[in-house]
Amino acid sequence: MNRSRRDFFERSGALVVSFGLPIGALAQAGLPPTPDLDAWLAIATDGHVTAFCGKVELGTGIETAIAQLVAEELEVAVGQVGLVMGDTERCPDQGPTVGSRTLQGAGPQIRQAAADARQTLLNMAAVRLGVPVASLTAKDGVVTGPGGRRVGYAELVGGGRLDAKLATRGRLKPSASMAVIGKPIPRVDLPGKVYGTHPYIQNLAVPRMLDGRVIRSPRAGATVVAVDASSVAGLPGNVRVVGLGNFVGVVADREEQAIAAAAALQVSWQGGAELPGAEALPVVLKAAPATERVAQANGDVEAALATAARTASAEYFVPFQMHASIGPSCAVADVRPDAATLWSATQSSFLTRASVATLLGLAPDQVRLIWVEGSGCYGHNGADDATADAALLSQAVGAPVRVQWMRAGEHGWEPKGPAMVITVRGGLDQRGRVIAWDSRVYSSTHSSRPNGAVPGDLLAGAELGLPRSVGNVGAGRNARPPYRFANDRVRLSLLESAALRTSALRGLGSPQNTFAIESFMDELAAVAGVDPIAFRLRHLQDPRAVTVLEEVAKLARWDPRPSPQANRASGAGRGVAFVQYDNAGAYVGLVVEARVDRASGKVRVERAYVAHDCGLIVNPDGVRNQIEGNVIQALSRALLEEVRFDRRAVTSLDWASYPILRFSDVPDEIAISLIDRRDQPSLGAGEPATAPVFAAVANAIFDATGARLRSVPFTPERVKAALA
Amino acid sequence: MARTLIVNGKPHEVAAPPDTPLLYVLRNELGLHGPKFGCGLAQCGACTVHVGDKATRSCAVLVGTVEAPVTTIEGLGTPARPHPLQAAFIAEQAAQCGYCTSGMVMTAAALLKEVARPTDAQLRAALDGNLCRCGAHLRILRAVRRAARSA
Repeated sequence: MNRSRRDFFERSGALVVSFGLPIGALAQAGLPPTPDLDAWLAIATDGHVTAFCGKVELGTGIETAIAQLVAEELEVAVGQVGLVMGDTERCPDQGPTVGSRTLQGAGPQIRQAAADARQTLLNMAAVRLGVPVASLTAKDGVVTGPGGRRVGYAELVGGGRLDAKLATRGRLKPSASMAVIGKPIPRVDLPGKVYGTHPYIQNLAVPRMLDGRVIRSPRAGATVVAVDASSVAGLPGNVRVVGLGNFVGVVADREEQAIAAAAALQVSWQGGAELPGAEALPVVLKAAPATERVAQANGDVEAALATAARTASAEYFVPFQMHASIGPSCAVADVRPDAATLWSATQSSFLTRASVATLLGLAPDQVRLIWVEGSGCYGHNGADDATADAALLSQAVGAPVRVQWMRAGEHGWEPKGPAMVITVRGGLDQRGRVIAWDSRVYSSTHSSRPNGAVPGDLLAGAELGLPRSVGNVGAGRNARPPYRFANDRVRLSLLESAALRTSALRGLGSPQNTFAIESFMDELAAVAGVDPIAFRLRHLQDPRAVTVLEEVAKLARWDPRPSPQANRASGAGRGVAFVQYDNAGAYVGLVVEARVDRASGKVRVERAYVAHDCGLIVNPDGVRNQIEGNVIQALSRALLEEVRFDRRAVTSLDWASYPILRFSDVPDEIAISLIDRRDQPSLGAGEPATAPVFAAVANAIFDATGARLRSVPFTPERVKAALA
Repeated sequence: MARTLIVNGKPHEVAAPPDTPLLYVLRNELGLHGPKFGCGLAQCGACTVHVGDKATRSCAVLVGTVEAPVTTIEGLGTPARPHPLQAAFIAEQAAQCGYCTSGMVMTAAALLKEVARPTDAQLRAALDGNLCRCGAHLRILRAVRRAARSA
């Protein structure tokens, strides 16, 4: 055990649950090998259980769900379980918190650790009480034996560490015995958020902390010609100017002083990126240098298209979109000559620690990253960049520094979800079945997260002239249709660069790819003159996929008929879309009812219906909350959101120039049917319901008006143009 | 330069110059976690507090101009004595990341003081200047309706 973990246990009087299991057994259970097998759980002398979790709370309620898993297997009350998340010195590295994978990957690891701890405690109680372990039961943190003899967990571990010789693999509870998993336990973090006491990173203060701001270039990649420190000489707050290559910052005693100094500092820049015109983006994407990949190929697409009874083709476009966190990114760093502490709202504690350590010229184990919750991020926003900013400024001035990004900084510099073009050709046979599908996806990378190795992926690292990683991740997410066609081909044009820095935005390529696939399925259904749900069901084999589509049809009281509807006067329409997230995750069937105002072109989605199968549900209210949030956020992206930029830089720099959905425009109702698969693994719910939203709305507009929208967002201007 | 500001019923000596936004005084000098920095432009509502009875964007009000007592969400209620809106937000689980929550509650509290039983249109209109990115809107509307019923 490293020193800070030991300090923690000494301070808290906690004793570590020590497993002493052979590494092989852990690997079999899917537990990552860690040098300390006691990395997962601690039981304090008052019986409080601390679980150490490498994943972090992003506002999705994962802290509560993980506590439920621990409570279930360890046989303690949920209120007895607290989590330490994302602290590189106290938590196991379970990888970054991404891809709706926390309950898929990290959940089972912690759940198994809790089951092992329960079994080990039973073994210890058997020795203590001198009775066979089979005669013992554990409940509410107490082991009970024959004749009502009892011993509490705290008492069992209170006299010493768990006996490693008695550690054994615990059996997971069968689904029929689950008492906590599947219950809508209230969120453990909500009271603090509702009483204004929750400690967000934006509220963190450490002793002697100064405030810093970074001055970024007017164009990405510009170089500093001169920094005129005399321009801030008269300002209050002991202003210090930091210049390292093209990284320029100020540090002052107080926040408002740092803001004033950042505004006053005269920096002259030269060069930098020349961006393409935003209007020409689809053309630019299709002509850009790319690595070509074939994601899927079956049969002979060209021959099938040549013999098809009817064919269709279409091109879909989604612009750059942003995370648009309500709180601009913030971080605090205390960098000393031979050690550093970072407080960060990152999704990737360990990788970001390694990347920032490289920037600082320290080894990763000289740096501790303490995760602190931030404003919701929905992917890779500015949190990591702010961490690097704070670290460099702290190192330069030799004191702890907080960097709070301003609104224009977050909007302008957070990595954007990439713009994408997807082209599709399809062919139908005489009976209205798809016999050919040929699609091509054009996209730059959906991930430039700190990877521990290439610190140029951090803004500050790039400003120091360090290299960025190359590669293209996430464009193919849901590029392959979930339907079975006799002849198909899915090609990916993986662009080597992008006009704007891009990275992971909720769902990576899945909302864009699903927009194309589910819009085009609707177009083909219309060509075939078939009801859109019936048309999809013709091509689906997976029974779980069929179930969510049938379930959402029932929930929405779907009237089987082809689109568009005959009566176009009302402006009302319905649209459906289906996804199996990442082709292996949760299944989502979505129906939206929209109203199109023909005069203004404005689209309002009045109701949404969701059937959702994410395997074993740990917390049904948590899943509902995620579904509602995915639908509303993706509606905002579908109807309003497009990052604007001129030839120099992003011009969507506030909420007026990058509007998001407001209360007046959110649906009246989102009806949800959860399909709980108690004997299946959890598949995650953080992203899947985002994926089908763009297409369902486009399909509803088509149903209402007969006009097909193939470019997101479906703004009033675009809708009016399509109706003209 | 020091002046006295009444926050949550208690006087505080303010060291910041009078042209400092109220939010910075609340979050840095008083160490309050409720009002959040969101935009600094009075566009998002995350920093909403009450100045007197009025819902006010604390990022866009200079501390030197504040005459009336200030109430933040910390002064609205506590776990022991929750404001009906705080109880309702918990009952409806009306948040995800929670960064906008304080501003939502303070805006809704000012509305309910003025209009005890708002219509749905009044409610949506009152909250329209408060942005939520997680998409908790329907839960927030349910929570405010619940609080209005219980008051």
